[in-house]
Amino acid sequence: MTTSMLGEPIARREDPRLLTGQGRYLDDIGHRALAAAFVRSPHAHARIVDVDVTEALDVDGLVAIYTHDDLEGRVGEPLPLLIPHEALTHGRTPYALAKDEVNHVGEAVVMVVATDRYVAEDACERIRVRYDFLPPVVGIEAARDAALLVHDDVPGNVSAHLVQENGDARSAIDAAPNVLELDLAIERSASTPLEGRGVHARWDADDHSLRVYTSTQASTSVRAALAAKLGLPPDRVEVIAPDVGGGFGVKIMHPWPEEVLVPWAAIRLGREVKWTEDRREHFVSATHERGQLQHVRVGFDDEGRLLGLDVTVWHDNGAYTPYGIIVPIITTTQLLGPYKPGAYRAEFFSLYTNTVTVTPYRGAGRPQGCFAMERTMDAIAEHLGVDRTVVRERNFIQPDEMPFDHGLTFQDGRPLIYDSGDYPATLEKIKKLVGWDDFAAFRSEARAAGRRVGIGIGCYVEGTGVGPYEGGFVKVETDGTVVVATGLTTQGQGHQTVFAQVVAAELGVPIERVAVTTGDTRRFGYAVGTFASRAAVMSGNAIAIAARKVRDKALRVAGEALEADARDLEIVDGTVRVVGSPPGAPGTSIPLATVAVLANPLRYAFDREAERATQFGGPVDVSKPPVAEGDSPGLEETGYYSPPRSTFANGMHAAIVETDPDTAEISILRYCVVHDCGTLINPRIVEGQIHGGVAQGVGGALYERMVYDDAGQLLNASFMDFLMPYSTEVPVVETDHQQTPSPLNPLGIKGAGEAGVIPVSAVIASAVSDAEGFAVTRMPISPSDLHELRLRHSSEGGPAR
Amino acid sequence: MKPSGFAYHRPSTVAEAVDVLAEVSPAGKVLAGGQSLVPMLNMRLAAPAHLVDVNRLTELAYVRVDDDGGRRTVVVGALARHTDVEHDAAAHAALPLLREALRTVAHPTIRNRGTTVGSIAHADPSGEMGAVLALLGGTVELRSARGTRTVAAAEFTTGPMETSAAPDELVTSVAFPVPEGRTGTAWTELARRNGDYAVCGVGVLVRLGDDHRVVAARAVYVSMGPVPTVLDLTEPVAGQDPRADDDGWAAAGRLAAWRLDPDDDIHATAGYRRQLAAVLTERALRTAARRATEVAV
Repeated sequence: MTTSMLGEPIARREDPRLLTGQGRYLDDIGHRALAAAFVRSPHAHARIVDVDVTEALDVDGLVAIYTHDDLEGRVGEPLPLLIPHEALTHGRTPYALAKDEVNHVGEAVVMVVATDRYVAEDACERIRVRYDFLPPVVGIEAARDAALLVHDDVPGNVSAHLVQENGDARSAIDAAPNVLELDLAIERSASTPLEGRGVHARWDADDHSLRVYTSTQASTSVRAALAAKLGLPPDRVEVIAPDVGGGFGVKIMHPWPEEVLVPWAAIRLGREVKWTEDRREHFVSATHERGQLQHVRVGFDDEGRLLGLDVTVWHDNGAYTPYGIIVPIITTTQLLGPYKPGAYRAEFFSLYTNTVTVTPYRGAGRPQGCFAMERTMDAIAEHLGVDRTVVRERNFIQPDEMPFDHGLTFQDGRPLIYDSGDYPATLEKIKKLVGWDDFAAFRSEARAAGRRVGIGIGCYVEGTGVGPYEGGFVKVETDGTVVVATGLTTQGQGHQTVFAQVVAAELGVPIERVAVTTGDTRRFGYAVGTFASRAAVMSGNAIAIAARKVRDKALRVAGEALEADARDLEIVDGTVRVVGSPPGAPGTSIPLATVAVLANPLRYAFDREAERATQFGGPVDVSKPPVAEGDSPGLEETGYYSPPRSTFANGMHAAIVETDPDTAEISILRYCVVHDCGTLINPRIVEGQIHGGVAQGVGGALYERMVYDDAGQLLNASFMDFLMPYSTEVPVVETDHQQTPSPLNPLGIKGAGEAGVIPVSAVIASAVSDAEGFAVTRMPISPSDLHELRLRHSSEGGPAR
Repeated sequence: MKPSGFAYHRPSTVAEAVDVLAEVSPAGKVLAGGQSLVPMLNMRLAAPAHLVDVNRLTELAYVRVDDDGGRRTVVVGALARHTDVEHDAAAHAALPLLREALRTVAHPTIRNRGTTVGSIAHADPSGEMGAVLALLGGTVELRSARGTRTVAAAEFTTGPMETSAAPDELVTSVAFPVPEGRTGTAWTELARRNGDYAVCGVGVLVRLGDDHRVVAARAVYVSMGPVPTVLDLTEPVAGQDPRADDDGWAAAGRLAAWRLDPDDDIHATAGYRRQLAAVLTERALRTAARRATEVAV
């Protein structure tokens, strides 16, 4: 029996392996490798005066100590600025080991290699680094005030300043009958995958080749970066992402200092070297995100329709800008959500601070933008005394206005044009799911019982599946197994399941026969990476294209064997057969495995299948070459998908919260999601993505913040004090799907990876504001924060609901 | 996050253990469940030269209820895991506060390994079991090669992570006195996440007279100061009959909030902690008083 596997909610094929401890993560590799550890800066801002390693030299088991002075050639140069932009006028990147100056606590200064990590840490402890302390710049206000500078040669601490405008927003606002201004803030957070970073390198001196395992979201790009840094031909460098225990963006940042230094040391020492990041290192030396101040000025008519929107964002980019200014660009473009803003002006300042560098974390600037827009929508509704969903609906882009051009440039450098979406339909679904219209009755009932409840809503549009491209390779082996490879990596998303579903559907084979490899440059060399909700869109379509090519060839070869027209053939359950022929009728079908044999004419027979494929194995037309001109042996094809621009998914979330009048505890009573990512490959996996995203969103809304003191010390660099929510803190997520296929790709799909996280802070802020009767403008919000807000608002004589 | 080198000792009797501690003093550190010590070692916040693992001292793996002429005590040996205390039927029957408080000590996996005595000896100001011991006026038994001594809870904990135990002493047991008469207890706390250290935790004890009127009310707090703080809250509720009167509980909560002096930290302001102290004290007192009325004497 063959049904189309597309759209089937099948269970994740990788789970039995991962859940029974059979996963192979970075630290499971290379038990005999030397261990690296790093001396990291204890200061947020300082000049390095002297590094004294004398005491460490006696440590038994020490192999090497490196400082910046040891880094020759390009390894000693600053790390690459991965995504340059003309507005990034003052981009700065760190050295692999700090050269003269450190700019955040945790910056690597000295590398130690030893027989094991214990010994390496012993040696680290004995290395004395003398610093000249410099006053640090901590927090966006301090960076903006620019009384102190992070980098001497960066005036105002501004790495980038960008204005995008469509129409004359300021004039439109000035002329509007209603004008509101909002000051908003989102604090710092981070991806914090359960597996930190890690890299293992092995140099083969005879083969002159380097193999690197790294816990990355972009193995092909790591390969290119390492080849460039180490002066090796890319062909001599293999980079493999083993099982990766979560990424959420932090592992798209590459190459990390350690990712360059470990292979460099492996070559220099002629030994395997491994570095496995520990949790404290991850907090202070991997990257963070969120962290913005925003000012919104909006003009609107008496119905609540936007006439002009003017947004200024101060974005904390941390100490360096290796990943460019992707995050604030996304904030200021994706802020628009499903709405027509009237005239729009967005300006951002990306600012240096003496804190950990900021690069994309799941959502990648969208949660901040969504927060700004949705807080604005609520403010308009409050100002006009109109229901919050009504104001939103009045501003929606309508389905018949698609494709909709915002007149701006998106993060991929291409026009911000929405391809499809039905926002009114999504709103109807979310209102129904959460029971929006029945909430007033519930509130009255709760109030009578002395309880305080509120409802909130948030809408977003997410550009997914950014280019430039991905590729897929599909091959039918002579035993009927289908081998699939794509270059982008997997961090637990379920690619072994969804990509196999695509191949099973396109090729007509049982999914059990399909094996998928990702993120291994030995299997597929051309790729971009897994980020920006792009894997299903990009590799899914590329693999579909490759599978269709394999199918065409299989039908052609089978047609020759069956003496049938390829157009009369189909592939069902791994067998090519004449359409409409009775099962088992002689001469009407041929297993795909046999077709694979026939597609590869052999000289040597090594088993029975091969024997039939040899030059003497059967009747042949001796007038023709065994492989026709322009053809190639085997049943394998490569396909690429490169989209004209991003495809835009959307969704709406709603939550009902309860706030304790005495303790200010905030409980999420219900959390509802309606999500539209076009055609679903696997609804179960999409729901899993949504659940995980909401969990991280709840973390960002109620729990997680990076707390720096004035000296630039991260005060909560552990899971004891950085409050990632447990399962006990994450609400049950109720979901419904809307499917508006994308016209931009063969499968009609849109990305789903980040969707769950985007509007959560906006939704919870909306609901808490509704419960409390004052506007929440800063997230996350803790019970203590809510308590202090209550005191402030009651002393200001504000209403209490 | 790998510890510095240390010499590892694994004695199999208490006598051996105290000999080792005497020998290596003051460089020895006792390892029981390791739920606090091992992370501290890994982060190199502690680097003792000698680690004395007491996990083979099975003679200390007990929870028992002693009865000395009607004065009952729950005695917990140094190798009793939190979970052993939590699930001990006799201990629960005698002193239900133990189980109630233990359920707020981290998560079950940690309670399966961590020991109640170890937690008290660690003297973290957010540790629930040290607070319960202080509330009940319990004692700590210490042994060394020099002999055995018993210290009152209030004298044992001298500061955050500081106790009056000498470097060569092993805490062998703690004793929780069972309150007599018409007494009710309650534990309540608010943590940022399920199982986290409390932002504010309150344990209370309310004693009623034969006429069901309050004769004593006492509370202890965690995360509200450097050591568990015991407050006498009798005055606002004295003479109140929990079955009829309702005025004093909130006043007692306000009194507690006024007398406590918590700090700001990254999770809460001092003002919020005081607010919690007031609210949680009131709630806990009501619960304990109701329970006291249900005691059959």
